[in-house]
Amino acid sequence: MADRPTTAAAYRALLGAQLRAQTQYRFSFALDTAASALITLLDVVSVLVLFRVTPALAGFSFTDSLLIAGLANAAFQLCDMCVGNIDTMREYIRTGRFDAVLLRPLRVLPQLVFGDFSPRRIGRAAQALVVLVVALSLADVTWTPARTVLVVIAPLSGAVIFGAVFVAGSTTAFWFVESGEFANAFTYGGRDFTIYPVGIYPGWFRAVFAYSLGFAFVAYFPGLALLGRPDPLGTPGFLPWCSPLVAVLAATAAALVWRVGVRHYRSTGS
Amino acid sequence: MGTVSTVLSPPALRTGMALAGAGFRRWATYRQAMLAGAFTNTVFGFLRTSVMLAVAAGAGGVAAGYRGPQLATYVWVGQGLLAVVQLWGWTELSDRVRTGDVQSDLLRPVHPVLSYLAADLGRAAFALCSRFVLPMVVGLIAFDLYLPHRPATYPLFLLSMLFATVVSFGVRYLVNLTAFWLLDIRGVIMAWLLCSNALTGMYFPIAFLPGWAQAVLWYATPFPSILQAPVDVVVERGTAGHQATVLAVQGCWAAVMLAAAVVVQRRAERRLVVQGG
Repeated sequence: MADRPTTAAAYRALLGAQLRAQTQYRFSFALDTAASALITLLDVVSVLVLFRVTPALAGFSFTDSLLIAGLANAAFQLCDMCVGNIDTMREYIRTGRFDAVLLRPLRVLPQLVFGDFSPRRIGRAAQALVVLVVALSLADVTWTPARTVLVVIAPLSGAVIFGAVFVAGSTTAFWFVESGEFANAFTYGGRDFTIYPVGIYPGWFRAVFAYSLGFAFVAYFPGLALLGRPDPLGTPGFLPWCSPLVAVLAATAAALVWRVGVRHYRSTGS
Repeated sequence: MGTVSTVLSPPALRTGMALAGAGFRRWATYRQAMLAGAFTNTVFGFLRTSVMLAVAAGAGGVAAGYRGPQLATYVWVGQGLLAVVQLWGWTELSDRVRTGDVQSDLLRPVHPVLSYLAADLGRAAFALCSRFVLPMVVGLIAFDLYLPHRPATYPLFLLSMLFATVVSFGVRYLVNLTAFWLLDIRGVIMAWLLCSNALTGMYFPIAFLPGWAQAVLWYATPFPSILQAPVDVVVERGTAGHQATVLAVQGCWAAVMLAAAVVVQRRAERRLVVQGG
């Protein structure tokens, strides 16, 4: 019965220790916060820069593209806030520190997430939501009850899809210890992919990223539904509303891969 | 005191070559990581080329003076160069400052800036043979890339890559040296990450920015010299005269960054506190 409060206290202690450690070096902390706030804006800034030299991207105007970029950014930052740390897992595996994680009487995934938490991630996510609100106010959206629900659900399901890719990607380190940046192709690559209308990508590349990995459901399809535009690529009209379903599927698949990966783990030793 | 003649003396050059060779072999050991990195660069090559070609199509064929194939080359050369100039993730020196290991660098008879530079050039040579070539081959097969028309462009491109590596090394070295004052350089690394993404030509060509911003970046900061410069040389942007100007700007920045590294190193040594015990 006393089990639950103790677990929560353990996570609180992990989080508190991280916060204290990172605020020890004040100058570094301040610079870190400021620079990472600007980096979060970079995706949206690059859309602005590209539209300085072109009036449209694959038939999408500036405000339409900005809405897609805003949705993608909000989803990515929400995901990064929660599970972005999983990125460091390959270091845990390579150095053998993962042994210590497995030995503690806490669940593995939450430990990794809370053990390296940076408070600036909350700020980043908040900033991304502000950008999304600005993009929504600029875009030509006719609000209906269904679209109001969608605009809340879309960043959340997008974040779950990104989270699934992050978790599944991190498991490659269980099999290939020096897998290095391999997973980045799909995590950060996925972020870049979702910023733009999927029509700009060549056919097979689109088939892999947009439909097989589900990245079209992060921002492109919800964006179409919000704008009330049919897909210029001619996909069925119900797809733009399917993001939550895809998120559930992605999360289930990632959970399975993670479980297999952890069982497969053999310490690297040193 | 004839520093330049000391650096260029035969024994010093031999030491430099030996350090460069060691740098090459050290990085050649991690083949799996190299392949993983090249794979990621290739995926990003596809992503960014798609964006750039859509921009060129939207702009009616020419965007800020670049045609479609030139933009495609910009993307693939950029992805290959990332590893050659090692834009991200070098904290070796600052880690050594934090742990106190840096003291053994200071005891060696070779100046630390030179020994790190030599090792870095060796690393860049390996990256050129692996991380640069692999994505380039894929890019050449998958897209219509712009290839230089003037034969002189090839050697000039090599020179431009050398300058770019030296400028990048200088910036990274200075970023790492801040550890002597700050110990925790997470914030400085983040600031460099921001500059390296937004201001080197990584995220978008510098020419997409307003004219005044371009001038400020090219002449008042070292950032475009790291990535945009070699790309502009290889896609033959402008005349041969423009190519020469780009190389001259890069050469100046390489000299400035190395000089700055030496000066700051001297000041940093006075701050040295050896940790641990």
